[in-house]
Amino acid sequence: MKRAGALLLWLLLAPLALAIDPLPFKDAAEEARFQALARELRCLVCQNQNLADSDAGLAKDLRTEVFEQMRQGKSNAEIKRYLVSRYSDFVLYDPPLRGKTWLLWFGPALLVGIGALVVAVTVRRRARPAAAAAPAAATAPAAGEEEDW
Amino acid sequence: MARLLPFVLFLGLLALLGFGIAWNKTHDQREVPSPLIGKPAPAYTLPLLYDAQKSLSDTALRGKPYLLNVFGSWCPACVEEHPVWVQAQQDLGIPLIGFNWKDDPADAKAWLERFGNPYAQIVADNVGRVAIDFGVYGAPETFLIDAAGVVRLKRVGPVTPDYIERELKPAIAALGKAAP
Repeated sequence: MKRAGALLLWLLLAPLALAIDPLPFKDAAEEARFQALARELRCLVCQNQNLADSDAGLAKDLRTEVFEQMRQGKSNAEIKRYLVSRYSDFVLYDPPLRGKTWLLWFGPALLVGIGALVVAVTVRRRARPAAAAAPAAATAPAAGEEEDW
Repeated sequence: MARLLPFVLFLGLLALLGFGIAWNKTHDQREVPSPLIGKPAPAYTLPLLYDAQKSLSDTALRGKPYLLNVFGSWCPACVEEHPVWVQAQQDLGIPLIGFNWKDDPADAKAWLERFGNPYAQIVADNVGRVAIDFGVYGAPETFLIDAAGVVRLKRVGPVTPDYIERELKPAIAALGKAAP
C-alpha cells in the first residue's frame, strides 16, 4: 500500500520533472536551492506558471540564466534583483511590500474587517429592537424596517 | 435611508465591475511594464544575421536614435506585424534594427526573403542572453533607443499603423527636440 502510494506520487510528479531540462547540479543542496528559487519566479510567457513548471522556451533560458548566476556565487536576492530590473516586479510571484502594493497585500484583510464590522453592527441593531419590541411590539416601525434586511 | 443602503451598495458594485470591464478593454493584462524605460539599454555585441563574422554593438549605434525590433521566423504575430514595418520604415526617419531572437539563421533569412526586409541591419541572438537583458518575453517587441543609448519606448506585441502614427512618430519627434 505504501509502495503504491509512492508510485502514485512518483507518477504525479514525473511530468514536472520532465519539464525541467537537466542542469548540471553539483549536489542536492544546489538543486534544492535552484528549485525553490525557480518556484518563486514567474514565467512571463505563460503567466500563471512559475519558472520551475514552465516548458516555454523563454522559461528554459531564464532557468539557465538563474543557474549560471547561482554558479557565479550570486545570492537569491541578487538574482531576483537582476530579473526585476529587466522584467519588473511581475517576475516575482510574491510582489514586494511597498506603497503601491499595500492594497494588494492588506486589501483582503481590510475587506474582512469591514465585513466583520457590518455583521457586528447588524447583529447589535437587531438585538436591540427585539429587546425593545418585547414590551411594545406594535409601535416599533424601526423593527419593521430592519426586516427588509 | 437604511432602506436605500443595499441599492447604494449595488450601484457601487456595478461601478466597480464596470470599471473593471472598461479597464480591461483598454489595457493588455499580459503586458509587463518595462523597467528599462528611461534607463540605458543593456550593453550587447551580437553577430549580424547576414554576416556572422561581423558583429554590432550598442556602442557602435550611439549618437543617433534607432528602433530595435525583436522578431523571429517562428513567431506568428511577427508575420502580422511585418508589413507594417515594411510600409512605415521609409518615413520613420531613424534606422530600424532587426533583433532576430532564438532563430535558425537559415529560417530567418528565408522568412525575410518571403516577407521583405525593412531592417537597416539585423543582429542575431540565437542563445537568448541579450534578449533576457532587454527583458524580452514575447516577440514581437520594439524598443526606441535614443542617441545616448537610453530606452525611450517599448512596445510589446505587433505594431499597427495606428500605433506608429499616434505613439511612435510623436516619440521620435520628441527625441529630435530633446537632443539637437
